[in-house]
Amino acid sequence: MLLLILKRIGLGLITLFIVSLITFVGVEVLPGDACTTYLEREAYGAALDACIKRLGLDVPAYERYLDWASNVMRGDFGYSLSGEMPINEVLGPRVKNSLVLASVSILIGIPLAIVLGIITALWRDKLPDIMISTITIFSMTIPEFISATLLILIVAIWLGWLPGIVIIPSDATFYELLSNIILPVVAISMIMTAHMARMVRSSVIQVMASDYVQMAILKGVPYWKMVFRHVLPNALLPAINVVALTIAWLLGGVVVTEVVFNYPGLGRLVIESISNRDLPVVQALAIILASIYVGINLIADLMTLMLNPRLKSLQIRK
Amino acid sequence: MNEIIERVKNLSIGFNSQKGKQISILRNVSTNIKKGETVGIVGESGSGKSTLALAMMGYIKQGLFPLKGECLFKSEDLLKMSSRQLEKIRGRKIAMIPQNAGQALTPNLKIGYQIDEALRLHTDLNKTERDKKISELLNKVRLPSPETMAFRYPHELSGGQQQRVAVAMALAGKPDLLLLDEPTTGLDVTTQAHVLELLRFIAKDTGTSMIYVSHDLGAIAQVSDRIVVMYAGEIVLEGPARKILKEPIHPYTYGLLKSIPKLSLAGLPASMPGSQPQPGSINEGCSFYDRCNLATDNCKKNSPSLEYIKELDTNVRCFNYKELINQNNNLQTSITKKSNNSEANEVLKLKDVSISYAKQKFFDQLLNKITDQNPTVKDINIDIKKGETIALVGESGSGKSTILKSIAGLLKTKDGQIKFENDRILSSDLKMRNPNDLRAIQLIFQNPDESLNPNHTVEQILSQPLKLYFNLSGEELKKNIIDLLKKVRLGEFYISRYPRQLSGGEKQRVAVARAFAAKPDIILCDEVTSALDVSVQAAVLNLLQQLKEDLGTTYVFVSHDLAVVRAISDRVAVLYQGRLCEIGPSQNVYKFPSHPYTEVLLGAVLEPDPDIKPKLVAEDIVEEKPPEKGCSFQGRCPRKIGDICNSEVPPWQIGENGNAIRCHINIEELASLQQ
Repeated sequence: MLLLILKRIGLGLITLFIVSLITFVGVEVLPGDACTTYLEREAYGAALDACIKRLGLDVPAYERYLDWASNVMRGDFGYSLSGEMPINEVLGPRVKNSLVLASVSILIGIPLAIVLGIITALWRDKLPDIMISTITIFSMTIPEFISATLLILIVAIWLGWLPGIVIIPSDATFYELLSNIILPVVAISMIMTAHMARMVRSSVIQVMASDYVQMAILKGVPYWKMVFRHVLPNALLPAINVVALTIAWLLGGVVVTEVVFNYPGLGRLVIESISNRDLPVVQALAIILASIYVGINLIADLMTLMLNPRLKSLQIRK
Repeated sequence: MNEIIERVKNLSIGFNSQKGKQISILRNVSTNIKKGETVGIVGESGSGKSTLALAMMGYIKQGLFPLKGECLFKSEDLLKMSSRQLEKIRGRKIAMIPQNAGQALTPNLKIGYQIDEALRLHTDLNKTERDKKISELLNKVRLPSPETMAFRYPHELSGGQQQRVAVAMALAGKPDLLLLDEPTTGLDVTTQAHVLELLRFIAKDTGTSMIYVSHDLGAIAQVSDRIVVMYAGEIVLEGPARKILKEPIHPYTYGLLKSIPKLSLAGLPASMPGSQPQPGSINEGCSFYDRCNLATDNCKKNSPSLEYIKELDTNVRCFNYKELINQNNNLQTSITKKSNNSEANEVLKLKDVSISYAKQKFFDQLLNKITDQNPTVKDINIDIKKGETIALVGESGSGKSTILKSIAGLLKTKDGQIKFENDRILSSDLKMRNPNDLRAIQLIFQNPDESLNPNHTVEQILSQPLKLYFNLSGEELKKNIIDLLKKVRLGEFYISRYPRQLSGGEKQRVAVARAFAAKPDIILCDEVTSALDVSVQAAVLNLLQQLKEDLGTTYVFVSHDLAVVRAISDRVAVLYQGRLCEIGPSQNVYKFPSHPYTEVLLGAVLEPDPDIKPKLVAEDIVEEKPPEKGCSFQGRCPRKIGDICNSEVPPWQIGENGNAIRCHINIEELASLQQ
């Protein structure tokens, strides 16, 4: 078991190494370097030389990679170009903001998705299923920038209940954030919940049709007891990996939603740093997002392994 | 004894077709189950036997509903009960033992919990009493170390053990009626015989009534007092087990019994033409009319009703049953097959073949070091003559399919050589074989549902080998396809059908045709009849034999079913744990002296005859790995003589009948022991 965990961690580290190489090479092969893209028209003469010197662009690429990589391993991403401040300081609040947005969405979305998925599966093709399924399919198919814009239009502009745009600085406190994130959370969880509810629904339906559920019924197990003891543990197991992917997607990829709501999270930072040609920040973000994906998937794999007796004993026997 | 505990009255169950028509799969079924009695319900797939059995627990599968009639359990109609009321009956009054216990036990719950659940629901015992009861039950179904068994998960048990757990679970509520839905199907022969023996013991010990549903007349014969034969959703014959099996007076039952291969008969079983009608396709007349050789015009127009014949104590649904009375001698006959020319040349030789599933470590591979000293299959030497049918028999894990795969080139051998025609070595890597060798060796798989592409028509399926090996196209291709269909007795109109539009037997015929399309020298048959119904199995066996006699093909036939092997093969090789135990002409392998493992296998075969009981001479332990040294069968051998069996690989001895046996016991001594 321990060997397996170590193996998985090792594989994760290799993945990260490859990601870092790709981003580094990607930045290298772009025409020009960090200084020319940043200085733009002023990129000549003394200013350019100073910049090159300051960023250490005069040493060979592999040395710079090693240097950068060893710094990253120590937790130091270097300096951002546009803000000319340590990237760690730029990232810190953004990571926190994204975490808040993601965790609130997860805390609301996942339980809701599971409950909806179970309801639709147990009342399959009956009224509750038809109603919920229509809504989930609907919210799955609308792109998030449309649903987000509609939410702003209806709730913020027509009804005037909530602020339409988040106008707080990126280092706002948790409480300040909370009142501002209701609409983004709704926009995000709509899609996320819909996807996961569909997943849970088909998984529960599949388990309900299994021989062991029929056996439990024929054994005289009362309906709800059967659902909770025989169906759900087996049906929700495959959902863990989907949940993990969703969480990773939330932390990094809700770019559109963050931009629409002007939310100061990681997703918006990606857009900002790309449009500012702030290559060191882009590099840092790529590594951070990759680590989140790798880490969460690792946790999900291990959880599946722990919870599934079949896989567990298989591993122990080996 | 005569108290009736469940009575089914005029029960019809059906579904609504897409056209809105009501289609019934059970039609007007009536039967009674008496206290302490075991009733066997037998029929082929689609006969409605499982639907009937489940309805007797008040359970109707999704999509189906009762059209009329009732299921009275102690005079209460189960079909009208609420789910609350049913929960009180299921598991407590009527309990179920499912077909595939491996899938019917909830994977995330421990064995102990699942039995405990039944106890909690259906008894008033407290925790300590229940714990005691659990080990009592596990003990009763003869599971090893019942104390620790409770803490295991279902997947940690072998198939036979899982089935025993299911039995223990069913017994937990002390039911009056046990319902067994194909409880031994899918188990190995020896395990099956042991589970049946256990069930017989339980029936006797507890006085529980049993309903035993199976397609296997051999298993039914061993347990039943009374037999109900179902065909196309109707009961066609019902009576005392011995009468039904020895003097079947319904033409379907008669044909069914004749189509079962028997150990005592060397030839092929007779097959029944046609297949069971689909639900909803029967309009008027007898449902068996198309396949019946006693049918008259009357049978076409009028459907016979179930008639009670007093002197035989039997219900029969046939106008012409009288013609079958006293025809029982005819049952013990078979179609003799042409035996092959034993002077023929060898076409395929396996020399010292070993196959290992263990993955070689990367560095060992580089150093070409062999790490697995105990491979799955070891030292197989078989010479196969042109035009013969050689069978590889053994239980699951015996390596028979593994050997087949490596002949086909799907699995690399670790050691040894496979030689084809004139001692030319065949590469064990498929990619290294030349196209002609690939053509010469074809494979037919067990399950035609999985081996035929569901999105291809029969034409596309059969045209692939013809295009690939012979570059045929256009009219010529079409002509060849029709010829092939004719060879497997399928009409020209099948050409545009998809696999889903064919019955199981027809699908397997298409698979056979595909193999023959390549004009192969050798056809490898991997359990080709075990997914088929008996009557269809007989037809496919006859077809294979006919094709072989016409075309001179060589078959390597893998099967777990000794009776089927007896019917089709010229020579038999018996395998245990990937090692050869015995090999010889089939009539001799089925005669003593035999290798002790062959003896165990032969003893466990279930014959459709209540007077032939299986002989259980060895435990049905499942061994995960072959022993490191000595005889492969040492762990289970009933005739083990001592340390020599554990330490030395036994020598080959050739008996006077020409069968070679690998055993430490002298062959004459074996002969006298087995008399």
